[in-house]
Amino acid sequence: MLTPDQVLANYFLDTRCKLIEIAAMLDRFDRAVSAGHSQTNGKQTAVEPPQVAKIYQALKLLSQPNPSNANRSEQILLMFSDLS
Amino acid sequence: MQIIQPHYHAIARTAQDYERMAMSGVVAVAEPAFWAGFDRHYPETFIDYFRQISEFEPTRAAEYGIRHFSWVAVNPKEAENTHLSREVIRQMPDFFQNPNVLGVGEIGFHKTTRNEEEIFEAQVDLAMRHDQLILIHTPHLQDKVRGTRRTLEVLKHLGANPDRVWIDHVEEHTIREPLNAGYWVGFTLYPITKCSPRRAVDMLELYGRERILVNSSADWGPSDPFTLQECVVDFRRRGHSLQEAVEIFHNNPCHFLGQNPKFDILPIVIHEQSLPVSN
Ligand SMILES: [Zn+2]
Repeated sequence: MLTPDQVLANYFLDTRCKLIEIAAMLDRFDRAVSAGHSQTNGKQTAVEPPQVAKIYQALKLLSQPNPSNANRSEQILLMFSDLS
Repeated sequence: MQIIQPHYHAIARTAQDYERMAMSGVVAVAEPAFWAGFDRHYPETFIDYFRQISEFEPTRAAEYGIRHFSWVAVNPKEAENTHLSREVIRQMPDFFQNPNVLGVGEIGFHKTTRNEEEIFEAQVDLAMRHDQLILIHTPHLQDKVRGTRRTLEVLKHLGANPDRVWIDHVEEHTIREPLNAGYWVGFTLYPITKCSPRRAVDMLELYGRERILVNSSADWGPSDPFTLQECVVDFRRRGHSLQEAVEIFHNNPCHFLGQNPKFDILPIVIHEQSLPVSN
């Protein structure tokens, strides 16, 4: 098993990169929505698509410290699962 | 589609990369002088390196039908050694006579130190006195904002003509100031530490295509020359026309690099012909 320092050394930049990709994707989505908004004269879809809601839900989970069980990836996979 | 790869470290890549680039539309590359992964001790090592990228690499590229151009410079990292740098700079003008050398680059900041600034200024001054184009590297990661701001201050102070300066490796947080000041900017597609092909297309949609160059900065690190083609594909998938793609990935390099008459590749216009009507 790696030490905490080794985990950061190996994976910090990769994680930074993925965070920027998430930010860029959400920006891209918002710009597309506002472009559509201006085309339809203000008749913007008020409801957030479920995929976007899921992303925000996952980000909320990531924003919390989770010292005991370290199972964030499992929790996010469950969020994206159809459990019906 | 015809593509120009304006920032390519061929010295660190294989012949197979040339072959695959040729097969995927690359007609020309331009090779800036950069850090070799270790700090060199002798000015002669730089001079031989300049000979390699300005005399030998064009012959290697030509085997695949690719035009090869180059730049000479002391890179920002080794600029910390001012004594060595001064000796190299003294010999750089010899290379401005070479038919493939387009200018001075990549120069600029790495950690934005006093020594780096001294050598950066000396090289901008040299380029201006010899009427050479200038290619500027901006620092990585946490050093990028500070280094880019200082770069703009130095260039302004020296009175460099923004038309003839390309500020490379800009990202979302550093693109506006150089563009607003009239410089050319470059997006460098590089895994993990720089810009991704998709983010590059986002910035093209936001800022338009004027004065923007896109490159994959292929080098000896974990880089991939074909991220440039990935960017072209994502640009086209978003519904932009073939001509728009040609403007960005072929014609913009022609406009910037063509300010040096040695770069004689001309912009392309896509023209659709109508078929003859059969009776
Ligand atoms: Zn480079």
